[in-house]
Amino acid sequence: MSVNATPAGADVAADGTETGGGRQAAVPAQRTRRRGKVPLSENKRAERKLGLLLCAPAALVMLAVTAYPILYSVWLSLQRYDLRFPAEREFIGLQNYVTVLTNEFWWTAFGVTMLITVVTVAVELVLGMGLALIMHRTLVGRGIVRTSALIPYGIVTVVAAFSWRYAWTPGTGYLANLFSDGAPLTERASSLAIIMLAEIWKTTPFMALLLMAGLALVPEDLLKAASTDGATAWQRFTKVMLPVMKPAILVALLFRTLDAFRVFDNIYVLTAGANETSSVSMIAYNNLIRGLNLGIGSTMSVLIFITVAIIAFIFVKLFGTAAPGSDDGERR
Amino acid sequence: MADTTTRAKVRWGLLDVAVVVFALTPVLWIMSLSFKTPATLTDGKFIPREWTLENYRTIFATDQFVRALVNSIGIALIATVIAVVLGAMAAYAISRLDFPGKRVLIGVSLLIAMFPQVSLVSPLFEIERQLGLFDTWPGLILPYITFALPLAIYTLSAFFKQIPWDLEKAAKMDGATQGQAFRRVIAPLAAPGLFTTAILVFIFCWNDFLFAISLTSTERSRTVPVALSFFTGASQFEDPTGAICAAAVVITVPIILFVLFFQRRIVSGLTSGAVKG
Repeated sequence: MSVNATPAGADVAADGTETGGGRQAAVPAQRTRRRGKVPLSENKRAERKLGLLLCAPAALVMLAVTAYPILYSVWLSLQRYDLRFPAEREFIGLQNYVTVLTNEFWWTAFGVTMLITVVTVAVELVLGMGLALIMHRTLVGRGIVRTSALIPYGIVTVVAAFSWRYAWTPGTGYLANLFSDGAPLTERASSLAIIMLAEIWKTTPFMALLLMAGLALVPEDLLKAASTDGATAWQRFTKVMLPVMKPAILVALLFRTLDAFRVFDNIYVLTAGANETSSVSMIAYNNLIRGLNLGIGSTMSVLIFITVAIIAFIFVKLFGTAAPGSDDGERR
Repeated sequence: MADTTTRAKVRWGLLDVAVVVFALTPVLWIMSLSFKTPATLTDGKFIPREWTLENYRTIFATDQFVRALVNSIGIALIATVIAVVLGAMAAYAISRLDFPGKRVLIGVSLLIAMFPQVSLVSPLFEIERQLGLFDTWPGLILPYITFALPLAIYTLSAFFKQIPWDLEKAAKMDGATQGQAFRRVIAPLAAPGLFTTAILVFIFCWNDFLFAISLTSTERSRTVPVALSFFTGASQFEDPTGAICAAAVVITVPIILFVLFFQRRIVSGLTSGAVKG
């Protein structure tokens, strides 16, 4: 690499001679900047300007639609604000938070959401790993397996939820007739089980795809060597594959955990939150759209945001340097 | 030796069958329901005893469904085009250019990918009401673009890193500006990546339910997933089950076609952005 070339104008020279991609070409540029004294070349300044210009629209949209509303939501959560009684709107400090946090419906929903998150992510990790291994290593019909595994990923969640609902409706459904004589969607435990089943069916392929990206990184030679040394299939999996796949597993777990925490569509269609099966998203929605209570709805929004931030923070602590994003040309 | 490979093939074959059955059963079930006649709808049989297209005729005769279908297609297409264009610009800058704030942009995209969407429902409801965007196409397109952008940026920067950039240098040596090099040389090379990203973004917009049900209130901008959930209890249907299933199949068909034709691209798109080294 021509990284050691003289700094001033070296970027131009390196750009001209190097065959490598953007990563190498950018190294001299950074050196130039770090020295500080060398003025930026015309080219460099144009590049910076173009870079900022190209990113600005995406950055502006993302910030305008998330950062501003979440701050606005904090402001709304400090007010008594019910759209049915707009005249009573006033600033009430943290009173909404006291109302929500002392409300048993909130905590029930919180518990339900946590339960669904933990159970579905755990099951999906196991099933997803199996599916990833099948998609990656199967000797026959790889295309068919991958294609059919993508269908749950692509299908509209509401459609899948209706399919499960009718499957478990007594009389109409093939599953209801097979497995139970009651109406499973009218009891709490069985409703929750069906919601989890629907979630797992829908999102296992996504988990498997993320894990498959990790599987592709396991060197084939290493597996062969382990096999020659007499390692069993299980040992090869735990001692060779899992350590290499650790970053991929953590990424998959993070994304699926946060995604599972948002569960809404399946519950809306399957039970509409009946029999204490509401998730936090479900009751936040109900307070807003059905109850038209913006103050309480916003308070729940803020609380959900904080919970997700805490979960993400814990995961990022676990990640260390393996955090996604550190790969995107940021490792120079 | 040959014996063990055959046995291995059979074993993998059985696993394959299990996956296919697991993945397809709910889809086949809702298709089966959509072809059943009202009399046999509740017989609990997996395969219809009497086939009919009546349910499809019913939904296409109602404004409720046709309007929602138009909304769904229009909103998802517009959001996809905008998100892919903005995402491509940002991804090009991230993978190619050196500029301050790159790290911040990547961090922000990651945060938005993890953002709990329900947290935006209350404030967006109020903001859009004030701006007059509530229950309009732009009112849905905006949040869709926002949540599709991280996906677009990640997938596209992964694709852009595999492009032979020497060609760009050659173009620049021949006197093209950076902008021209982008439009004339790189954009055509990046087309497959753009297409894959567009499919992923479209699927995301097509699937959304939470924003669609919270930020709309009439047929003006209601999308199909929301319209489906309102079929229940609508007076023009005696029993909405058949109609719901037919409508569900109609919006599932494009997804199945995408998956059938572009399986390889979708898999590479979803896995490329996720983990690299």
